[in-house]
Amino acid sequence: MLTVRVVPCLDVKAGRVVKGVKFRDHRDAGDPVDLASFYNDEGADELVFYDITASSDERAIMLEVVERTADQVFIPLTVGGGLRTVEDIRRMLESGADKVSINTAAVRNPQLISDGAERFGSQCIVLGMDAQRIRGSGATRWGVYTHTGADGGRAAGMDAVEWAIRAVELGAGEIVVNSIDADGTRKGYDLELLRTISEAVTVPVVASGGAGNLDHLAEAVRLGKADAVLAASIFHYGDYSIRQAKEHLHAQGIPVRL
Amino acid sequence: MIAIIDYGAGNIRNVLRAFTHLGHDACITADRSVIRDAHAVVLPGVGAAGDTVAALRARGLDDLVHETIDHDRPFLGVCIGLQVLFDSTAEGGRQGCLGVIRGSVEKLPPGLKVPHMGWNQVHQVFGSTVWAEVPDGAKFYFVHSYYVVPEDESIVAARTTYGVDFCSAIARGNLFATQFHPEKSGTLGLKIYDNFVKATLGTHSRH
Repeated sequence: MLTVRVVPCLDVKAGRVVKGVKFRDHRDAGDPVDLASFYNDEGADELVFYDITASSDERAIMLEVVERTADQVFIPLTVGGGLRTVEDIRRMLESGADKVSINTAAVRNPQLISDGAERFGSQCIVLGMDAQRIRGSGATRWGVYTHTGADGGRAAGMDAVEWAIRAVELGAGEIVVNSIDADGTRKGYDLELLRTISEAVTVPVVASGGAGNLDHLAEAVRLGKADAVLAASIFHYGDYSIRQAKEHLHAQGIPVRL
Repeated sequence: MIAIIDYGAGNIRNVLRAFTHLGHDACITADRSVIRDAHAVVLPGVGAAGDTVAALRARGLDDLVHETIDHDRPFLGVCIGLQVLFDSTAEGGRQGCLGVIRGSVEKLPPGLKVPHMGWNQVHQVFGSTVWAEVPDGAKFYFVHSYYVVPEDESIVAARTTYGVDFCSAIARGNLFATQFHPEKSGTLGLKIYDNFVKATLGTHSRH
C-alpha cells in the first residue's frame, strides 16, 4: 500500500537555515545539509528546501547546498524558491534536486510548467501554490498569491482551484497547497482548501501551512485528502519527532513508512 | 568500473552518487568502449520512455543495451531504464521500445493519483542475492505513471500494489531492473545497489 509521506521543510537563506531550529546535542542547527541528514535518519520520507534568498549570488550557494545534501542523503529532495527559467530548473536538478517547486514564476509564465515538464518530466515539476480565502457570500473560494516569501504576498487574480487544474494540464506532477490563512497559526491546515484541490486534480497533493500538532497531520490526510503532509516548525522546534508523527498517523490507521 | 549510460537525461547523477557513496567505482558515460569494458552497466531514467528510447538510438547506444543483456553481462535498469527494455509502451500513444524483454508497458488504472509517487511495499517473488538483508515487503520510493507487464512471469522478481498488482522488479541471470528508485530509497535502496554490484562481481568477461 502506498504510504502517506511526512515531509519536513527547511527555509534556507544564503546557505543557512532560518528560523531557529532547536535540537539538543546538535552541532550546527543552521546547516541545511546537517539537518537534512538528521531528518533522513529520523525517517523523513522526503525533504523540501525553500530558498528565501534575495540575490542571485546567494542563489548560487543554494546549488552547492543541494549538491552536498544529495551526496549524503538518499531520499527525494524538492527545492523551491526563485526558480524562474528552464535553465534555473536544469541547474537545480543537476545539482541533485529530484523535484523543483515553482510558484511566482509559474503564475507569471505558465509555460514554464509545460517547458519544464517537457524537458525533465512531469515527475519533477511541482506547483507550489499559496492560496488565501476570498471573503464574501456564496461558495468558499480561494485566490492565488505570489511573492509570499517577500512582503506578505500579492494577489495574482486567479482562482486557486482553477489554477491547480490548469497547472496539472500543463504538466505539473504534484501540487504543494499552502494556505496563507493557516500558515504560522499552528491551528491546523485549511482542510476545505486541501480537499477541494485534491478532489479536483489527478496528481498528488501535499498539505502545507498551519500544522501545530500531530492530529493536524492526520486531519490533512483523512479530511483534507492530502497525499503528503509538509510541516516546518513542529519538527524544527522539537515539539515532535518525525517518528512520533508517523506513529501517530499509524495509530489512526493511516499507512506510513515506519 | 560501473558504467551509467549517459543519454542526455536530466537527473541521473543521483544514481552515480549512490554508487560513489557505497565506495564503488562508477562513471556516467556515453563512450561505447567504456560501456563495453564496464563490470556492470546501469540504465537509469526519468521522464518519458519514448524520449529515452529515441535518445539511446540517437547516440547509437540501444544496441549496447541489447548486447549487454543478450550476453548476460551485469545490467541494472531503474524506472524508465526498466520500461524501455520491453517491446512497447502505452505512453504517448503506443510506441516501440528496445524489445530486449518480451512484454509491454501499460498505464496505471484511472481513479488513483498519478504519478504513483511515494514509498510503497515491494513484495519479493523469489529469493535473489539482490534482496540480501532486504526484508520482504520493505518500502521503496516510486514515481511513475506506467508499469511493465512481462510475458515471461518467471522473471518477475517483485510485485507492488497500486490500483493494480504490478511487477516492480525483474531479474534474470545478471539482469536486474526495478520500477522504484533505489537511489532515493534510503538505506535499503543503497543496499540493493550494493547487493547488485557484489552479486555480479567477477561475472563479466569481455566480449
